[in-house]
Amino acid sequence: MSDTEVAADSPARGKDHHVSVDPAAVSEPRSAADGGPDMVQLLTPEGERVPHPEYDEIVDRLSHDELRELYRDLVLIRRVDQEATALQRQGELGLWASLLGQEAAQIGAGRAMRRQDHAFPGYREHGIAWTRGLDPMRLIAMYRGVDRGAWDPAEFGFHPYTIVIGNQALLGTGYAMGIQRDGAVGTGDESRDAAVIACMGDGATAQGDNNEAFVFAGVYNSPIVFFCQNNQWAISEPNERQTRAPIYKRADGFGFPGIRVDGNDVLGVYAVVSSMLDRARSGEGPSLIEAYTYRMAAHTTSDDPTKYRISAEVEVWKLRDPIARYQRWLMSEGIADAEFFEAVDREADELGEKVRRETVGMTDPPTSDMFDHVYDGPHRQVEDDAAAFAAYQASFEDAAEPATTTKGA
Amino acid sequence: MATTKTTIAKAINAGLRKSMERDPKVILQGEDIGKLGGVFRITEHLQKDFGEDRVIDTPLAESGIMGTGIGLALRGYRPVIEIQFDGFVYPAFDQIVSQLSKLHSRSRGAIKLPVVVRIPMGGGIGAVEHHSESNEAYFAHTLGLKVVFCSNPEDAYWMIQQAIECDDPVIFYEPKRRYHEKGEVDFEATSAPRDLFSANVVRPGTDVTLACWGPMVKTCLDAAAVAQDEGTSIEVIDLRSVSPLDIDAITSSVEKTGRLVVAQEAPSFVSVGSEIAALVTERCFYSLESPVIRVAGWNTPYPASKVEEHYLPDLDRVLDGVDRALAH
Repeated sequence: MSDTEVAADSPARGKDHHVSVDPAAVSEPRSAADGGPDMVQLLTPEGERVPHPEYDEIVDRLSHDELRELYRDLVLIRRVDQEATALQRQGELGLWASLLGQEAAQIGAGRAMRRQDHAFPGYREHGIAWTRGLDPMRLIAMYRGVDRGAWDPAEFGFHPYTIVIGNQALLGTGYAMGIQRDGAVGTGDESRDAAVIACMGDGATAQGDNNEAFVFAGVYNSPIVFFCQNNQWAISEPNERQTRAPIYKRADGFGFPGIRVDGNDVLGVYAVVSSMLDRARSGEGPSLIEAYTYRMAAHTTSDDPTKYRISAEVEVWKLRDPIARYQRWLMSEGIADAEFFEAVDREADELGEKVRRETVGMTDPPTSDMFDHVYDGPHRQVEDDAAAFAAYQASFEDAAEPATTTKGA
Repeated sequence: MATTKTTIAKAINAGLRKSMERDPKVILQGEDIGKLGGVFRITEHLQKDFGEDRVIDTPLAESGIMGTGIGLALRGYRPVIEIQFDGFVYPAFDQIVSQLSKLHSRSRGAIKLPVVVRIPMGGGIGAVEHHSESNEAYFAHTLGLKVVFCSNPEDAYWMIQQAIECDDPVIFYEPKRRYHEKGEVDFEATSAPRDLFSANVVRPGTDVTLACWGPMVKTCLDAAAVAQDEGTSIEVIDLRSVSPLDIDAITSSVEKTGRLVVAQEAPSFVSVGSEIAALVTERCFYSLESPVIRVAGWNTPYPASKVEEHYLPDLDRVLDGVDRALAH
């Protein structure tokens, strides 16, 4: 069904039992601080469903099972995040970048992807990783320092965490250019046509790489969705230190659509990202989605946000919590009941226990690991150093040999 | 063996063509490489013959060219990136060092990035600022990259194909002031005469070892010919690869001659030549009759072109280095 067919009085929407219109919510333009009047929002912070001529159709296609699954995703990834933060505090992780507050943005975007789509994350995309079937322990291993993020992106359609801000936007754009060359765009085959999501934050929009990615994707009309989670803070610097214009409006200058969506509204994010991914897969080119959200926790466990932001701001955003509003709506619509929520909570407890147990049980990699896979082919200087290191280590074993003959056996 | 006399520029073009014919995943990306054929015409006619999807004229943004090239490789392509001039690689430096060099090891080998970065390098063409640099030390210092130099048409023809076939990222330096120098190439041969990462003794000798690469190889061969007339036998080694470094080729020569001169266009301070001097000192200490001598660009930024002939090591400066080695 095309967009034009989904008019406000469409029968398709008329029988939609999810929609409960709050006249006050639609008649008063939203203030700039709340995301402004252009922001797509399908679910208010109070859990009221706001109708939207373009996106209702996409949300209405979701079954009750799928709607409940979104809730489960939100709760479970928040639990992983909380456990990881606590584990860092206990000295079990070197660092953790919390996604607290951004669950809806990430789950909504991730669940909008198809199996053949690919995501190029920053380093906070635990929710998208979750939707791609990547075990959170793989993320935790990286933050524990056991490896450097050693999953196979081809297996998950989820590429390595990228810490140099903005690099991944170009990798994603190049990947999308490859999709075009493979003829996997615009064929109409739902299992073949593919697109890329490149993640970025508000801080990344200042990077040259991000803007070059916009240029390349625009020029080549590549199948990519630039998914910006504007969580308002780039460590200590607010939006106004990164950009003069609203982020979504920047797309105009690059020649593709830009949309701001309430990043704490899982239905809104799911709908907008689905729509833009469909557009990309069908060959209509790139888009920029700004998911307007908030970083509820510190930048990372090494950060102290009390130095640069006031707690009143955090309190305001607590009222916009992505999980609370979604739970309220699921209950009010009778899609989920207390029994379901309790079951999810129990599952979260079990997952938390598993995360704790598996984290402390992680073994360090062998020290020789650092020499492996530096290159695919041979490299003399790496080999020389690997041999020198092995000999150095062996020298201690030799020295200790008379006393402890079993060592190294 | 039917050989053809051709230039380095034409040999690289022929090698690129061969690789593109052999593997449809080989694609070229760069500024002005399509209709124009590149500012040095290295990719001439390739877009006409292979199409715009495989010979891609990119926006003028080196980090973009590099980053999207890595993305294409992640999708299974074998991109050959052209950086227009040595001094323009720095906007792409972040992508090369942060992503290109690291993703293979980060993923424990799951990711392979068979990306070639072609860089016309070096001075001697009377160019303006940023067009004459020898920046190989930056990339040789970055483990995860391989760094090679062609110095003659035969190597140019084969090494570009070998670099494209290599599953590791390769920085492929082309000596721009030698682009139009000629040599024999057997275009009908079916296999490369030598490994991509092996050094080549291009002139045997007994008194002094002279190690060089890229544009300095010809200078060193000319110097060795003059020295021969003066009674000094110089063994010239074209290193071809500075990462990995074929250190055995150097040490076995030095064990024979007892003397080593390293000649490079780059400044000597913290350079590939410095690394070779250190390695040879560690490994050949008891064979050395003299300190290792570096003949290099002076430790300054690349100068204005009207004085570049005094900056670049020429035949006389190489022979002066040889004399200093022999003075011990």
